[in-house]
Amino acid sequence: MAETKLLMTEEQMDQVFLEMARKVAANGEDVALIGIRSRGVPLAHWLAKHVETLTKRTPKLGALDINLYRDDLSEVGEHPVIKETDIPFKVEGTGIILVDDVLYTGRTIRAAMDAIVDFGRPKYVRLAVLVDRGWRELPIQADYTGKKIETTADEVVKVMVKELDGKNEVVLKKDFSKRF
Amino acid sequence: MNLSTHHILGVEDLNNQDVELILKTAENLKEISLRPVKKVPALRGKTILLCFFEPSTRTRASFEMAAKRLSADTLNFSASDSAINKGESLLDTVRNLQAMDPDLLVVRHGFSGIPHLLARAVRCPVINAGDGLHEHPTQALLDLLTIQNIKKKIKGLNVAIIGDIAHSRVARSNILLLTKMGVKVSVAGPASMMPAAIDQYDVEVAYDIREVIPKADVIMMLRIQRERQDACRFPSLREYARFFGLNKQTMKDAKKDVVIMHPGPVNRGVEIAPEIADSPHSVILDQVTNGVAVRMALLYLLCGGKEI
Repeated sequence: MAETKLLMTEEQMDQVFLEMARKVAANGEDVALIGIRSRGVPLAHWLAKHVETLTKRTPKLGALDINLYRDDLSEVGEHPVIKETDIPFKVEGTGIILVDDVLYTGRTIRAAMDAIVDFGRPKYVRLAVLVDRGWRELPIQADYTGKKIETTADEVVKVMVKELDGKNEVVLKKDFSKRF
Repeated sequence: MNLSTHHILGVEDLNNQDVELILKTAENLKEISLRPVKKVPALRGKTILLCFFEPSTRTRASFEMAAKRLSADTLNFSASDSAINKGESLLDTVRNLQAMDPDLLVVRHGFSGIPHLLARAVRCPVINAGDGLHEHPTQALLDLLTIQNIKKKIKGLNVAIIGDIAHSRVARSNILLLTKMGVKVSVAGPASMMPAAIDQYDVEVAYDIREVIPKADVIMMLRIQRERQDACRFPSLREYARFFGLNKQTMKDAKKDVVIMHPGPVNRGVEIAPEIADSPHSVILDQVTNGVAVRMALLYLLCGGKEI
């Protein structure tokens, strides 16, 4: 059985993206937002909407599947299903903000950075995450963080988005199967 | 998700879910070939042996490119420069290659069933890149991906396969795969090139190509394999071209949006007239592009994860 605790409501998520968008807009330069599949993609669109309202300019949007860059591909038994990567703009010289739902070990972000440089040399890469749950295994930090929380190893932070899960919500679950 | 099979020896090894996973993975891998850096690290440190005991340019280059785009190392091995010329048996050769611990073996051979024999002798996955008159599963998969790309669907389409059905492993793999995926298949060609047991497949058989062309959404032309013609099966190439080749005359009742495919290499002016091969209906070069994507998908799905 899993215990569930509500971490963020839809309004709170929207507030987070509005706040992030303000910071992005304050920089005054054009950026491209790249969402990491799966849930980073709708979140990037959400952030982009606020950036567009504030700056009156439409940010470039992309989607990235990082599975081919994972450092554990030869360890995992089950093959991750490859989803579409779509970066419809020139990465060379562009300022990029990577968007993901949860920052945990940092390995996904490492893979994403490796993937991006294969498309060209960006001006910079920044990171925006909805939730930072700690437990980093690599020296990676977010530039824009929605909510920072302390977690234990048996907890799961589940970000739900309307496009994939039917609702916008963030919950913390205790997964007892992860307890040894 | 994993495939239900450890080897790709024939279309028969694949269930519908496998086919869908392969096509979806291939579709999403295509984008890599359009990047400035056409390489991802997915199979870094893996070694893929390409054993072509029969001449091949396209398939071999396609597998090699697929492996390299995924960062795998490739080792080419062909009959002419191998110890087989020095009297070593095929199984001994392969046991020696196995001792070098490859992660995957791609094999083409002039005899049907060799990939199956090798699959029993090695520990790694084996992909059949064409065995004798039996199967050429990766060709059928890339053909299916090409059809899906253009027609946006597979089920319910009419596909006509024309030419030397009896000697064609491309035809056999395509018949098996297309019928499995709900396509209505018809085959046409000279009676001398129709296999005796063609009725074991769920296909319509015609000996006049004008019977199958009008209703076809896709026409697959087969190459006249001059190297495999053991006896004279038609009077002359000219006569073959006239009655069984695609040209303006035989194409006149074809659908306006018909798609023409050919596994290559093309005998221009024999099974297909140059103006048809170069027409907007022809997707022959898309097939080649899709071939790399399908083979990348198979390499990824067969040697990406560890054995379970």
